[in-house]
Amino acid sequence: MRTLFILLWKNQFFLLFVILEVVSVFLVTRSYSYHGALAHNTTTNVSGSLFSTYSGITEYLNLKEDNVLLAEENARLRNGLSSSFLLTDTQYVYRDSLYKFIPAKVVSNSVSRSNNFMMVNKGSKHGVKKEMGVVSSFGTAGVVIGVSQNYSTIMSMLHQNMKISARIKNSGQLVSVVWESNDNLLGSVIDIPSHIKLFYSDTIITSGNSLIFPEGIIIGTIESHNKEKNKQLSRATIKYITDFGTLKHVYIINNIMKAEQDSLLNKMVN
Amino acid sequence: MNNIFVRNIIRFVILILIQVLVFNNMNLGGYMHPYIYILFLLLLPININRSLLLLIAFFTGITIDYFTGTMGINASASVLLAYLRPGTIRLFFGNHDFSSKEEPGLSSFGLIGFFKYIIVLVFISQLLLFFMEVLSFNNILYTIQQVILSTLLSTFIIFIVMLFFGKRAK
Repeated sequence: MRTLFILLWKNQFFLLFVILEVVSVFLVTRSYSYHGALAHNTTTNVSGSLFSTYSGITEYLNLKEDNVLLAEENARLRNGLSSSFLLTDTQYVYRDSLYKFIPAKVVSNSVSRSNNFMMVNKGSKHGVKKEMGVVSSFGTAGVVIGVSQNYSTIMSMLHQNMKISARIKNSGQLVSVVWESNDNLLGSVIDIPSHIKLFYSDTIITSGNSLIFPEGIIIGTIESHNKEKNKQLSRATIKYITDFGTLKHVYIINNIMKAEQDSLLNKMVN
Repeated sequence: MNNIFVRNIIRFVILILIQVLVFNNMNLGGYMHPYIYILFLLLLPININRSLLLLIAFFTGITIDYFTGTMGINASASVLLAYLRPGTIRLFFGNHDFSSKEEPGLSSFGLIGFFKYIIVLVFISQLLLFFMEVLSFNNILYTIQQVILSTLLSTFIIFIVMLFFGKRAK
């Protein structure tokens, strides 16, 4: 026993190395998958406030472009106001609000890694919860995976484990969108049935099946469709509508009915 | 002793901040990711206790991981670097006798020696880092391309930093 201890002590350098590497690898694998990242994310106010101080200094550089973007979006939204429409149908339409949008500013963002994340300056204090969808002014941007009091971490669409349930706008066909290209502009549409032929600039939208994104949010447009013979399912390249490189303002989507829908689904399973 | 301690703490804070705020946002051609914070590990005193070196490296890596949200990736690369550092120094400068407080640098290793020391350790740690990040061997050529270009860039930046702030060769 004593010799064992002496042996261990003599090799403490190697042993310590092995232990620390095992701990590191454990940490890596634990947060690798979507669900792992969801369970073990360490979003804290410390890192958040560092990034937001820094982006507070640098955001002035892009003020002009940001203003243009926001003005464009305002114009789009005004077009959607009921006052912009001539009411010819006098029937009363009852509407319940389904989604609430929480505006947020991106304080840190990566686009060129194998797995990309963003951090935004809204947290649990503002009603952000895990697994809420995040959209830019144009279309989908990511999913919230970690929340602290004032900040939240978002798994960007540019992440290996990101898979969004989508629909081809023209035909309504269900497909999935994943990211496997290393290119921050392009993603892949998978699970396209063989009878469907996609063309350049066909629009892909969210299906609304996942309860994370509302239906009909634009994901991107088709770049090319590589159809192989004798294959049941084909894949296509999609160009994201959101420019992740310059993303500054996003909206976190709070699906108000999600708890109700979730409990209904759980009832069905049990 | 005190002087070395304070100097390294300051170096740690500055390099972590620069890494997290500047270099992590740098995106050169999509595959060059400079890792400058490892300069802190490379510049710890030559005769530092090896186990202490491992623990410091782990802590440094975890700190970077904490800010980038990539738990364990930088930690594993830093620990590997710390593990190979004493051997690398012995391999390149085995016949030298360094005083206990001496730090690696242009004055102690010489221009060529310091360059070899940096490029070898940076390459190995970034090799592990990028493969840890992808966790697969698909796209292996792309990953290797990333490793090589990032190593060259990191080495270049570290060298420039040392020329400006390091002690000059005698």
